[in-house]
Amino acid sequence: MSRTEWDAVLTLPVDQERDHVQGAVSAAVTLVQYGDYECPYCGQAYPIIKDMQARVGDRLRFVFRNFPISTSHPHAEHAAEAAEAADAQGEFWRMHDLLYERQRHLADGDLHAYAEELGLDVERFDKEMAEHVHAARVYEDFMSGVRSGVNGTPTFYINGVRHDDSYEAEVLLEALERAAATP
Amino acid sequence: MLARRPHASPPPGGRGKACPPWVVGLVTYRYSFQDVLDVRVKRFWVHPTDHAEGIMTKADAARHASPLRPGDRAPDFELPATPDQKVMLSDFRGRPVILVFYPEDWSPVCSDQLGLYQAVLPEFQKFGAELIAISVDSAWSHLAFAKDRNLHFPLLADFEPKGNVARMYHVYRDVAGTSERALFVIDAEGVIRWSYVSPVGVNPGADGILRALEELNGREETT
Repeated sequence: MSRTEWDAVLTLPVDQERDHVQGAVSAAVTLVQYGDYECPYCGQAYPIIKDMQARVGDRLRFVFRNFPISTSHPHAEHAAEAAEAADAQGEFWRMHDLLYERQRHLADGDLHAYAEELGLDVERFDKEMAEHVHAARVYEDFMSGVRSGVNGTPTFYINGVRHDDSYEAEVLLEALERAAATP
Repeated sequence: MLARRPHASPPPGGRGKACPPWVVGLVTYRYSFQDVLDVRVKRFWVHPTDHAEGIMTKADAARHASPLRPGDRAPDFELPATPDQKVMLSDFRGRPVILVFYPEDWSPVCSDQLGLYQAVLPEFQKFGAELIAISVDSAWSHLAFAKDRNLHFPLLADFEPKGNVARMYHVYRDVAGTSERALFVIDAEGVIRWSYVSPVGVNPGADGILRALEELNGREETT
């Protein structure tokens, strides 16, 4: 009980089936992001991640998990559910990207419009949103983050260990390269 | 050091390694006014937190609190929860209490931390635990802050005499006139079972609290 320090590692390992993954399971380095669609810092990180993917290429596997903080970001929870509803129709990443590209417009009406824009079955999308079908999944992501030591967004894990440094491109790239080079 | 994400939890092994006084002196000396400006500029895009929270002065380092420890009896206190309501710690005897000291209402790190605890509140409640936060701000400030940030747990005003309860738990920072960012998990009998002081600019997250509550549960089940 006297522990005052603890390891910050991913408590829920990346699961190719469960998680939203870009990249191969055999990639040398796995970057997990806990993110909130309405968080401006995640908005800043979004193009940086794209940049990392371009620069590290096949050696990088990227995983996104939901961490909506609804007390500060009133639209974050529904936005996360919308991305999961898009996932149910095989379009997680296109919705994910759209939400970050338009993160100032995340009201329910906007989410509906994005589903239309992506050519989803909108009736099914609306039904799943109204019934909060994906809320449990979003909460599971959130709690896995809490237990792994996520304290704000974005929080990154590189090969399972929390990245406690800046996520500025050069810093992140160096950390990824270092992890990729570690057998 | 200042380029770190200010809301990231401390890296393992970060705490407890006190700088020798000459290092602290050096660090204090190094921060000229220009440095402070540079830090502000560099920091801006990462997380615009209170930069004043990030700098440790000599006096600050010397006083870096050693909070009451596991096994210590949690000192009882009575503080205003609203302008016309008071709360006593002993009112909660019979269930675990999570006592969160935070420096100030409205500061970015405090808002993130308390917003996270609001979101995790249902998990705390699974342990039957009560969440109570304390700062030196007044009850009226707390009221406005809680409303603005959608916080639905008591924020107690350690306002008069200022910081008295923080001092009782050994987590008052004279230099800033606020408390440390400190966490205590107190068991149903009023004994501290876990305590942690985070660097003031760092949000300690909720994982440590949940682990402490789990250990508390395990202990009760085996006795």
